[in-house]
Amino acid sequence: MAVEQEITCIVCPIGCKILVRATENQFELLDGNKCKKGIEYARNEALDPRRMLTSSILVKNGEWPLVSVRSSKPVPKPKILAVLKEIKKAEVNAPIKSGQLIIKNVADTKIDIVATKSIKK
Amino acid sequence: MINLYADVAVIGAGPAGLAAAISAHENGAKNVIVLDRNSWLGGILPQCIHDGFGVEETGTSMTGPEYAEMYINAAKKQGITFMNETMVLQFDKNRKIIAINKKGLHEIKAKSIVLAMGCREKTRWNIMIPGDRPSGIYTAGVAQAFINLYNIMVGKKVIILGSGDVGLIMARRLKFEGAKVLGVVEILPYASGLPRNVVQCLDDYGTPLYLNHTITYIQGRERLESVTIAQVDEKMNVIPGTEREIECDTLLLSLGLIPENELSRNVGIEIDDVTGGPIIDQYFETSLPGVFACGNCLQVYDTVDVLAMDAKKAGKYAVKNSIKQNKDINVKAGKGIRYVIPQKISEPGKIRFTSRVEKPCESPILRLVSGDKEILKKKLRWANPANMVEFDAVISAETIKSDTALEVLLDGC
Repeated sequence: MAVEQEITCIVCPIGCKILVRATENQFELLDGNKCKKGIEYARNEALDPRRMLTSSILVKNGEWPLVSVRSSKPVPKPKILAVLKEIKKAEVNAPIKSGQLIIKNVADTKIDIVATKSIKK
Repeated sequence: MINLYADVAVIGAGPAGLAAAISAHENGAKNVIVLDRNSWLGGILPQCIHDGFGVEETGTSMTGPEYAEMYINAAKKQGITFMNETMVLQFDKNRKIIAINKKGLHEIKAKSIVLAMGCREKTRWNIMIPGDRPSGIYTAGVAQAFINLYNIMVGKKVIILGSGDVGLIMARRLKFEGAKVLGVVEILPYASGLPRNVVQCLDDYGTPLYLNHTITYIQGRERLESVTIAQVDEKMNVIPGTEREIECDTLLLSLGLIPENELSRNVGIEIDDVTGGPIIDQYFETSLPGVFACGNCLQVYDTVDVLAMDAKKAGKYAVKNSIKQNKDINVKAGKGIRYVIPQKISEPGKIRFTSRVEKPCESPILRLVSGDKEILKKKLRWANPANMVEFDAVISAETIKSDTALEVLLDGC
């Protein structure tokens, strides 16, 4: 049965409250989004919730002890802990360039972990 | 004494300072100098490793470091002069800046000054929490710097007081780093951070949010051992009998931010009691001619996007040096409105206002009036103190001539 639910959009800081009607695999947008990205977010949140993941990874021989990283794509919510576990184990040598690939196919998600900061030696 | 000259001198190299400097240069200022006490550029952005920056401005969601790098690269390309590890001690009414760094004392004569000093976090002593003075109590931003920049973990069992955005972001960050986050305690009946941060930082990980609660006692000999939380009534008074002691080793404070204006006050710039920032006109010019203000030292913004877009305007107007007119009309915050910026208007035209409402409210009507004349009437879907309300209005020459203060108010709450 289709249920109406209100989803708080997290794409940007406005936090639109989007009203949707969804079953396990069907989705209907009712109201509340201010931009196109909201439609996409609400659909995903109703059918397959994902989150962009950001954290940091240990740096060897760098001007800073850590490099900030992000997932190349949003990670399925049930996979977040597994991805974090791999991130915790990783270590990378300086110098690092922002955008550099750090972990490929992290926790078998087909998603990569990339640096978001440049770190000098 | 080292003597320097600047067309535009910017105090602070955070997002506001960078945006203002770039814009000043783009609008014709040849000699732009940015002064900052840190060894890096970008202010607080490098420690804000979460994403969500730049969506409104560029259409892509960036992390703090990525957003900073975009601006730093643009500024460096333009040949803007940066003076890092440089502390501005004071400036005077003739815009002569005294600054100090390892090379010595500098005197910088500036045609215009842009203030972009940012803000500071409120501490335990701003709200006077009774109890012991153990270690383990941090402001949320300091904990963020420890964890994200310096790789120092702050504790294992954490309570967060205040539901501001930095506190919410840190609740998630601490979970990621293996700490137990026992809850976020908020004295108001609603979260003070953005809705999306409540969803993705608390709800996602089942972290409880205790609304209408506060901390009444802090206990610990060396290290923090426990805090006592209690429920409050509508007047924010503690309800006796609701106290509960929670064992923890770390307390993070996310109590709000205070614009940093020590330099502005020292030179006699007028400060707005509500925003904590300088009173400005539509050109971002403060009460001191030739001195402009932007960023979080003007008002605490909720997003860097809007902050940077405003800072760019401040940088542009700063190129013209002083735009001060003799006659200003005031803009007042009326019913339901906490503050409005700009606080003064000197010339007719289309003006962008930013304001904040007093409490959450569904479908209110925002009005801008001059005496009994209505200039703007706008229906909002909702209003929330955590979300700044922005609106444009055309102010006519007659309105300014009438010498009547403008008033912004919120109906239907």
